[in-house]
Amino acid sequence: MTKEELIIPENKVYGRPTLMNDTPMHYCPGCSHSVVHKLVAEIIEEMGMEEDTIAICPVGCAVFAYRYIDIDWIEASHGRAPACASAVKRLWPKKLVFTYQGDGDLACIGTAESIHAMNRGENIAIIFINNAIYGMTGGQMAPTTLMGMKTSTCPYGRQADLHGYPLHITDLAVNLEGTCYVTRQAVNTVANIRKTKKAIRQAFENSMKGKGCSIVEVVSTCASGWKKTPEEANQWMVDNMFPYYPLGDLKNTVTD
Amino acid sequence: MDNKNIVLLKGNEAIAKAAVRYGYDGFFGYPITPQSEVLETLAVDKPWETTGMVVLQAESELASINMLYGAGCTGKLAFTSSSSPGIALMQEGLSYMAGNELPGVIVSVGRGGPGLGTIQPGQADYNQAVYGGGNGDYNLIVLAPNSVQEMCDCMGKAKELTFKWRTPVIILSDGVIGQMMEKVELPPFTPRRTDEEIAAQCPWATNGIGLKKRKYNIMSTLEFDPIVMEERNRAMSEKYRKIEAEEVDYELYNVDDTTEYLIVAYGISSRVSMKTINLLREGGVKVGMLRPKTLWPFPNKIISKLSEQVKAILCVEQSEGQMVKDVRLATEGQVPVYHSGRSGGMISSPKDVFEDFQKMARECLSKNWPKGYWMK
Repeated sequence: MTKEELIIPENKVYGRPTLMNDTPMHYCPGCSHSVVHKLVAEIIEEMGMEEDTIAICPVGCAVFAYRYIDIDWIEASHGRAPACASAVKRLWPKKLVFTYQGDGDLACIGTAESIHAMNRGENIAIIFINNAIYGMTGGQMAPTTLMGMKTSTCPYGRQADLHGYPLHITDLAVNLEGTCYVTRQAVNTVANIRKTKKAIRQAFENSMKGKGCSIVEVVSTCASGWKKTPEEANQWMVDNMFPYYPLGDLKNTVTD
Repeated sequence: MDNKNIVLLKGNEAIAKAAVRYGYDGFFGYPITPQSEVLETLAVDKPWETTGMVVLQAESELASINMLYGAGCTGKLAFTSSSSPGIALMQEGLSYMAGNELPGVIVSVGRGGPGLGTIQPGQADYNQAVYGGGNGDYNLIVLAPNSVQEMCDCMGKAKELTFKWRTPVIILSDGVIGQMMEKVELPPFTPRRTDEEIAAQCPWATNGIGLKKRKYNIMSTLEFDPIVMEERNRAMSEKYRKIEAEEVDYELYNVDDTTEYLIVAYGISSRVSMKTINLLREGGVKVGMLRPKTLWPFPNKIISKLSEQVKAILCVEQSEGQMVKDVRLATEGQVPVYHSGRSGGMISSPKDVFEDFQKMARECLSKNWPKGYWMK
């Protein structure tokens, strides 16, 4: 059989979501962002929400998220995406509104905006990429950097007396009355990718049903920032990140 | 809906009621003295039940300006109000809004500073509003009301200007205008724009409307290519030059061909100065006032023109002297420019201005500077 005979619509089992364009991604090899981007594009398409989605990206590696998915995007200032999203959702209650943020953006400079948007029960979904490091600025310590983990601003490893402790912001979110769904996922295996997709889909549906604020943390790799190969980074995440940030649903009050 | 149009209100209350009537889509703000009545009035009036206007008390001024940013990105008309230290916190967001050329209205009810300063009224935020504290090359249109009626009217004017020019508008008021009560005629109710009207007026907005028939919209100030960034800046500068040519607004009080001295004042200082001018004119002094109603763009041309005629200018403002520098620039060195004002929450009395005027006139008469002396 020739290649041409094989590549026919009847044989197609998987394809790139049409919302994703041809722009080459700026993400490093082995980075989790591109996988999560693809899931977001797939879900918006599956939900038929192309004309009804307003997405808000952060400052950090995902600052250019708007380049890859053909929907309307707002690039918020550093940490302020949840505030921006709160206003957008209240002004456009029938739209799907979500933020896509990294650990520095969501859990450090934007902690106040994150906590208060969650606590107000804003009907938005927050996708939180936690790779325990500042990727875009070149590997500095993040609020979620593990104890003992080396970064360019804690080159001898994170120490409590010098740097304080990692912030479990998702665990904090569980205790806020405004959150309806808090989950921690990863995209390192096919099984986990499927679970993450299901989680994001639920978060988006919660937003549309007005159930409150949903947070999907994705424990992620940063091969460049961690100074590892993509394969090593995936393994290091399993060995070091998962014990500290265990995967699974932390809260789900949505029954229907 | 309450259609009673003539009422007695505080300046801050007038802002709130005017916003609902002019069809604003949202308010996002944080309490701070002396402007808290804006949010309080909205909370009592519950416009979300009548016009559908969204009202939200934010967790900080940082959040409120970024809520305004989000609203502006989607083509909605939102406003916030705050006072000096709160407006200081908003500077980052204002730079983003100007950079993305977004609509939005910011009401600044000034108090004495710096720092936490005082909750008493002040005009020490002229530089903050006109020159801004945000990064980059940008300007904001700055309106300066001097009565409760003008607080109300400025909400309409700001709505028009912010969409016409796609740039945020600041209404720079002060604690006196914000807190004092005057009779005000409220505008009739204008309905909020429908989604279709927003889509037609703001085809650039990121609200998803019509996405299948158009390219997706992006609101981002980020540009890695310096050539493109410079192009964006130059296009914005071109817009700013047009605003300067078309939108200058001022009022002349007792100015005619015989005017020998000029007072330049805005906001509460113009109200105080009117009283001083009346006293001086009773004594035969030919003094008039120019009141800028827009602080940016600044009424340079009329000040330059009047400088050919008058002997000296007294700039009255409740600060240690901020607008005075712009007045001096506008005179192009033709006449001396003096400053008169109190600061830190103190407000000049008409007598204070009278005394500063006397001092200025005496010095000018005794020195008898030749015309153009100040150019040297």
